[in-house]
Amino acid sequence: MGRAAEIAQSAARRDVRNRWWLSAPALTIVLLGAIAPLFVVVLYSVMVKGSYGDVKYWQFSGEGWFSVFFERDMFDNTLSLADAHVSILWRSVKLSLLTTLVSLVVGFPTAYFIATQDRGKRDLWLFLITIPFWTNLLIRTFAIQEVFRNEGVLNSSLLWLGLIDQPIQIMFTEFAIMLGMVYVYLPLMVLPLYASLEKFDFRLAEAASDLYARPARVLRRVIIPAVRPGIIAGSILVFIPSLGAYVTPKLLGGGKSLMLGNLIELQFGQGRNWPLGSALSITLTAMVMLALVVYVRATSKTGDSSRG
Amino acid sequence: MNASVSAIDIRGVSKVFGAGQHAFTALDDVSVAIRENEFFTLLGPSGCGKTTLLRLIAGFEFPTDGEILLSGKDIALLPPYDRPVNTVFQSYALFPHMSVAQNIAFGLEMQGRPRAAIAARVDEMLRLVHMEDLRNRRTSDISGGQQQRVALARALAPAPKVLLLDEPLSALDYKLRKEMQIELKRLQHETGITFIFVTHDQEEALTMSDRIAVMSKGRVLQVGTPHEIYDSPRVRFVADFIGEANFLDGRLLRTAAGEARIALSCGGEIDARLPEGLSPEGQVTAMIRPEHAEIVTDGGPRDLEGTLENVVYFGTDTHFHVRLGSGNPFVVRLQNGPSSSIGLMPGGRVGVKIDEAAAKVLRD
Repeated sequence: MGRAAEIAQSAARRDVRNRWWLSAPALTIVLLGAIAPLFVVVLYSVMVKGSYGDVKYWQFSGEGWFSVFFERDMFDNTLSLADAHVSILWRSVKLSLLTTLVSLVVGFPTAYFIATQDRGKRDLWLFLITIPFWTNLLIRTFAIQEVFRNEGVLNSSLLWLGLIDQPIQIMFTEFAIMLGMVYVYLPLMVLPLYASLEKFDFRLAEAASDLYARPARVLRRVIIPAVRPGIIAGSILVFIPSLGAYVTPKLLGGGKSLMLGNLIELQFGQGRNWPLGSALSITLTAMVMLALVVYVRATSKTGDSSRG
Repeated sequence: MNASVSAIDIRGVSKVFGAGQHAFTALDDVSVAIRENEFFTLLGPSGCGKTTLLRLIAGFEFPTDGEILLSGKDIALLPPYDRPVNTVFQSYALFPHMSVAQNIAFGLEMQGRPRAAIAARVDEMLRLVHMEDLRNRRTSDISGGQQQRVALARALAPAPKVLLLDEPLSALDYKLRKEMQIELKRLQHETGITFIFVTHDQEEALTMSDRIAVMSKGRVLQVGTPHEIYDSPRVRFVADFIGEANFLDGRLLRTAAGEARIALSCGGEIDARLPEGLSPEGQVTAMIRPEHAEIVTDGGPRDLEGTLENVVYFGTDTHFHVRLGSGNPFVVRLQNGPSSSIGLMPGGRVGVKIDEAAAKVLRD
């Protein structure tokens, strides 16, 4: 082996070693902060539940996973679908999808408006969009309560105006949860949409309009395809936290309209069923993963079609 | 459509952007009539209002005042999608998520033409611009010249009454630009569509246009054929912007039958052509093109006298920069022969002889 080859080899070896050193902090955080706890949760989900919460260590059982979807009758031991869990799962998915849709419908015009402002004014509008982030989520949710409740700002003004003669029950409905989540997650929709729209070449919209496309078709045929990555990113950013929302459904939905996050909390708290709570958590994680897979598929498809 | 109706008739159009202190008048009472089947060029420096005028015709902006008639009908306030006018953009503005053929089909689809008719028209357009082989390519995967052709085909496909071209050649390199100039003339000839072409390149305007409107500061200064614009500019700006020109100030001595005798402020007297309808008095400016004068070194007859300051060789011709007695510069251009060598060195005294009927009085 020549001297040059030797030097090259040792340089390559040093390079690999340096890479490991440089990525060590990130790897440590990922390992300790993400993978290890997740592993603990997976482990808990397959263990036997303890009598006062906790689990019986190293005694394995499928009971936790089993009761995610099924329940055993207390008296005759027959199996049936766990209606409560399925309906909570369904409510979580439904409300998250609705929240995503409403955020998109409200967020798109907002982002479009900001992206078409003068460059100097855009920063101000973006800044205003982020203002809700300055206050704690809990406090903001209590503030929403104050608006929605029967004696709240909305109902009393409508009553005063004579538009209604009885307060509208908004609080403790699924509608209230959805409105609350739209309010909380709207900036997460607006920001990626704005990022896409800001890069959009509005001369393309002029060109489409010049070629006989009316405004609705300019939007559908030219603007939306161009900002698709932003739409998908925003939808994912809203959908995922909505799915696991805890504070908003708890405060605005009352005890009746639980979502997945509340159900999980219940199992670790009053329910004292840690294996079930862990299994539900993993179910939630799996659903989030599914949403991310859809996202990756959808975005890589845009990449594919650009090679049509 | 009878022949006396203009394709586009712009009547007293003004466009003011902004308001109050920040108001900017982009177009100031512009009137110009563009004929059917004409290659019409709007020529002027950047900021002269030519692109604004084009955008008003396309419908991207609306005039503050005035009328824009298309075949006799006022379209000034119609949205772009209701005007039988298409645009070739400076940036081409091709749709990046569509193929070449999809781009060309877009306007036809929006017009709601039947599928078969669209396919046939797209094929026809691809042939017209020689792009049949690239029909399924992404627009980002083809060269600038090819993108240009797609932009042209896309705008021509719906067979507009008028095609607007906003500096479409400015992004191309010199050779490709020359090619596309010929291509554009061919397309205009074959399709019989009125072309309104915006450029700041005077050479492009002269070689391609049937008629040119020279614009400056939101106004149309002169409309005419390339020949008229170059040979008989009416104002100093037009003479200066199109080609090169020498300007000599003087006092009008007498006029007769389209001729004027001028006593130049730099000394000497010359005859100059007087444009029709111009009856100036007192101080006037005469314009002489550099190629319409010669350098005189022997004792022969001469109109002007000065010092040779510089000799610049251009290959096809040579420019002689002369400083006249009054301090005015004067440029003479001589075409180079097969073995010509004037052999003049800067610094010497020379005379300048102006060709017969080469000097023109400007409406200043």
